[in-house]
Amino acid sequence: MTRSNHLKEFTAGARDIIPMMIGAAPFGVIYGTLVASGPLQLWHGQLMSLVVFAGSAQFIALGLIAGHASFAVIWATTLVVNLRHVLYSATLAPHVAHLPARWRWALGALLTDEVFAVAWEHYRHREPGTVGPHYFFGAGLAMYLNWQCWTIAGLLFGAAFPGLQSLGLDFAMVATFIAIVVPQLVALRYIAAAVTAGTLAFLWQAWPYKLGLLAAVFAGVVVGVLLSTPGLRSRRSRRSAEASR
Amino acid sequence: MNYVVLILGMALITWVIRAAVFVLGDRLVFPPLVRTALGFVPVTVLTAIIVPMAVSPHGADAGAELTWRNPQLVGALAAVAASALTRRPLVTIAIGLAVFFVWQCVVLR
Repeated sequence: MTRSNHLKEFTAGARDIIPMMIGAAPFGVIYGTLVASGPLQLWHGQLMSLVVFAGSAQFIALGLIAGHASFAVIWATTLVVNLRHVLYSATLAPHVAHLPARWRWALGALLTDEVFAVAWEHYRHREPGTVGPHYFFGAGLAMYLNWQCWTIAGLLFGAAFPGLQSLGLDFAMVATFIAIVVPQLVALRYIAAAVTAGTLAFLWQAWPYKLGLLAAVFAGVVVGVLLSTPGLRSRRSRRSAEASR
Repeated sequence: MNYVVLILGMALITWVIRAAVFVLGDRLVFPPLVRTALGFVPVTVLTAIIVPMAVSPHGADAGAELTWRNPQLVGALAAVAASALTRRPLVTIAIGLAVFFVWQCVVLR
């Protein structure tokens, strides 16, 4: 592939994640504002955005730091809150397996909820191993720089934007995820899995550390797998019947 | 200084969680059942993230807001309809956002 093709892929990734960047803006500003009103120095807050780059984990850490939790508790919480990323990387793994290790480390570092959604939408119509890293990287880097900008804005001017949360900019994320999910609901098993996960995530949203989300996803996946198994079995028995003929 | 250690620890944990499966990559072969299960991850996780945002936009304590006065819910339903009819991401996002903002700024005024 040529260099200009790489650039085209990179730009396409950055472009497709723009709605997510709008959606993340209020969270970045609110995060920065919370840092400014807590025990951390401003540069600590920026450092966290630079090296952790995980919205929910950063918010929860701020709460725990303010509550004088021990480092071990904060690290364990970070682990639990970010567990869903294992699912993301396992889902995308076939599409990055052919890349050099440095690319896989870099793409892994950028793998947030939003980047996963956009990268998956790009990969799912393509054969694993046929797509380079540039689209994924473009989406991830754009999201990363966006998060840094809104963190700074919150740290410096957060107090000047009261009521940012009530603007509802996070709805951009809802709309984008819907645009990705609905076209995938092509069979009953996908619809059942999504309805299960959505309903339980709503009912269990008060569980701490995003565990309700994780459990809801798990339940949805189980429903999907259960509905897939009879099909697999009949196909397998058909195949063995053909083989014995 | 102490907070720097804390933050770097968080960064390391997050990075390893996200990148581990990528880096193990070729050495990791998933059995068929796991591959089937992973096929359901995108629809379930994305739905699980947005349903609470749309149904109870003011958080778990405020509870469900299943009413036409909830612009997040109305916008989400519009986006679902747009996506089901057109299957085009940009059209879906544009219609969803337009309905949401019109609802929030005009209808509920």
